[in-house]
Amino acid sequence: MANYYNDEIKFQLNHPLMKRIVELKERSFADKDEFDYAPQNFEDTMDSYDRVIDLAGDIAENIIAPNAEDVDAEGPHCENGGVRYASKTYENLDATVKAGLNGVTMPRRYGGLNFPCTPYTAINEIIATADAGFENIWSLQDCIETLYEFGDEDQRQRFIPRVCQGETMSMDLTEPDAGSDLQSVMLKATFDEKENCWRLNGCKRFITNGDSDIHLVLARSEEGTKDGRGLSMFIYDKRQGGVTVRRIENKLGIHGSPTCELVYKNAKAELCGDRKLGLIKYVMALMNGARLGIAAQSVGISQAAYNEALAYAKDRKQFGQEIINFPAVYEMLANMKAKLDAGRSLLYMTARYVDIYKALDDIARERKLEPEERQEQKKYSRMADAFTPLAKGTNSEYANQNAYDSIQIHGGSGFMLEYACQRLYRDARITSIYEGTTQLQVVAAIRYITNGTYLTILRELEEESVSAEMQPLFDRAKVLADKLEACVNAVKEAQSQELQDLAARHLYDITANAMMAHLIVLDASRAPELFAKSAQVFLNLAEAEVAKNEKYIANLSVEQVENYKA
Amino acid sequence: MSLKIVVLAKQVPDTRNVGPDAMTPEGTVNRAALPAVFNPEDLNALEQALRLKEQFPGSTISVLTMGLPKSAEVIREALYRGADQGYVVTDRPLGGADTLATSYTLSQAIKKIGDYDIILGGRQAIDGDTAQVGPQIAEKLGLTQVTYAEEILSLDPEKKKIVVKRHIDGGVETVEAPLPLVVTVNGSAAPCRPRNAKRLMKYKNATIAAERTPEQAEALAPVLEKKPYLNITQWGAADIDADPAQIGKAGSPTNVKAVQNIVFKAKESRTMTGSDDEIDTLIQELLNEKIIG
Repeated sequence: MANYYNDEIKFQLNHPLMKRIVELKERSFADKDEFDYAPQNFEDTMDSYDRVIDLAGDIAENIIAPNAEDVDAEGPHCENGGVRYASKTYENLDATVKAGLNGVTMPRRYGGLNFPCTPYTAINEIIATADAGFENIWSLQDCIETLYEFGDEDQRQRFIPRVCQGETMSMDLTEPDAGSDLQSVMLKATFDEKENCWRLNGCKRFITNGDSDIHLVLARSEEGTKDGRGLSMFIYDKRQGGVTVRRIENKLGIHGSPTCELVYKNAKAELCGDRKLGLIKYVMALMNGARLGIAAQSVGISQAAYNEALAYAKDRKQFGQEIINFPAVYEMLANMKAKLDAGRSLLYMTARYVDIYKALDDIARERKLEPEERQEQKKYSRMADAFTPLAKGTNSEYANQNAYDSIQIHGGSGFMLEYACQRLYRDARITSIYEGTTQLQVVAAIRYITNGTYLTILRELEEESVSAEMQPLFDRAKVLADKLEACVNAVKEAQSQELQDLAARHLYDITANAMMAHLIVLDASRAPELFAKSAQVFLNLAEAEVAKNEKYIANLSVEQVENYKA
Repeated sequence: MSLKIVVLAKQVPDTRNVGPDAMTPEGTVNRAALPAVFNPEDLNALEQALRLKEQFPGSTISVLTMGLPKSAEVIREALYRGADQGYVVTDRPLGGADTLATSYTLSQAIKKIGDYDIILGGRQAIDGDTAQVGPQIAEKLGLTQVTYAEEILSLDPEKKKIVVKRHIDGGVETVEAPLPLVVTVNGSAAPCRPRNAKRLMKYKNATIAAERTPEQAEALAPVLEKKPYLNITQWGAADIDADPAQIGKAGSPTNVKAVQNIVFKAKESRTMTGSDDEIDTLIQELLNEKIIG
């Protein structure tokens, strides 16, 4: 039976770092006698990941993907202050819940699968390949990570098992006047002395899956404050009532995912974590998880766009032959595949970094970390922080590019609504916008560009050895790192914050290309049968991109800044 | 009130995706060229069983199959989806069985399982398409049978009655029948739910004795004390007290004389231009001949 779990994903899952990740996550396989589904050893663990991702691939290809067109056409509806999903969304939810694909990363004691982020990311990507809109609803389960990390034990015991059994979640952050700027959130939280609980009043907008069972809500708990320090995080349980859906947005894409406007009328809620840390600590954690999720969704859409384009190019005949035989077409396909493979490598590298630091964080909740563990935790936490905006920004832009090219390969047929490529094109568009636009990913990444974090990582990667076949490509990749260093120095020398901000996107693109060039060559060295072609093609692309951005930066000067202002 | 449910399952070559090498030159199914799968309608039957189990907590589902040792795979697939235990009847003398010998063997195995309220199976297997085994088992066990079932509408464990919707020509029929009974389920019934991640991890190493190498068997022995569910029951002909004359080739009066490859060809053809008049006439003609309508 066909299955979306492909060899490229399998390869990413079998990275050498997995040994350490499993060791940290399974803690000497402590659960093995208590839970019948817990693994006995490393091989057993990897086998379980493999089988469960295969199960997800089966559902994605045989249930979710065939429903995608109907879900896109029907969309959700606002009814009696709540959401009625598209009818086939319920089928998708039923399948994923029966398959037990909920609370994937949660500890077993709460009913979760105790999977690290890396296999979770694989499932996420696969579901997005089938239907990016449904992926939104499904993947909001990772809000539970934030509740797990910052909620108290009583809250964990009450809420996590429900999510593991399939209840859905949402993160209620955005308001009409607080989009990218969440410091301006106004939803009011007041403490009700009589009932000994918090009450929420106000309105939220653009809330994905806003009629979910369990909400994490960002609200202003400190009266009179105006900035992020007056915000706290709350848990709103739908069973308590008090929140209604006023309307559902009519969107360009991801139609299956209801985007809601919510009205809170004295809604009973409970504080999650400490007051005043809502934005500065908890939402930041929530966002990093969500951004990695969007990176996975983007890779999923890129894969779907490539699949559609490849199948069409093999099938469509013009001038007496299949169009895939024409250089103009196969070149586009090769570039799509190279971006897909390189972007995916960046995605999973990020997921693995996240896994190591999060598993160490979790151990630190139970015992003091050893000095070397603390160092490891710090190192990987920093790498994850640096890689997340790189993976999100780059893969979301690639998803858009691949969806665009997929339609182009379909020609006139691609412009007609009969083909899946048009849905992918619409669905891809949001990825470079939500959970922080690409421009905000650049803002998040720029400090790691200027302080040399990425460069250090690149130089560390260069210490690894590659096959003789890949050595010439690896040498070319190293040159890209040199160019990054030179460009960063040039921008820094100008000593102008404004110029640096103007050049930031270009420095970001150089960084991303250099990083992916290193990663894809390393992948191709380990698995030439899967990645040798993509590595060659990607290096050509990356060198051209870096040259373009290098020139762009060289042409910028402090005097020119004015020319860019409207 | 809980139920004891037996589900009959068969591992079959996947004849839904047939390639050019699907048949041997002798005209039999080339099992090597086709992947072995869970017979589709047996999955429909399993889903009905799982729904009963949800409705009557505490019910148990036993899955029974006959075949080569590798047919334990269908038991594992059933365990992943929610079945409680499995039985594989496998033995050399059982090979070459037709429907008569198969239904005898399975009914002997069901007697050995003993306690049951309902026996569910697919309408037919996609390799033989006989639809005989379920009904024959009912006859041999002296039970009521409901065939072509599409949905179990209700079950009253006190009154020991079941109401089943049957798929029949041109419509559906609702019938009531007493427990215990045999129900064969149609492919139009609800599809089976997917495998469950936790159950998949729990049962992935469950095997029958015949699947284990001596080393594996030795390593497994101490594990089985704590995890008995990793052993799937394996029965041979003697375990189910089978009469040697009624099993396998010996018990099979059916002999396949020859198999022919049939290529469908249109007997007559007509060319039409596609005008409205022509289409109206054609529709009328097809209606008159009861081909459509």
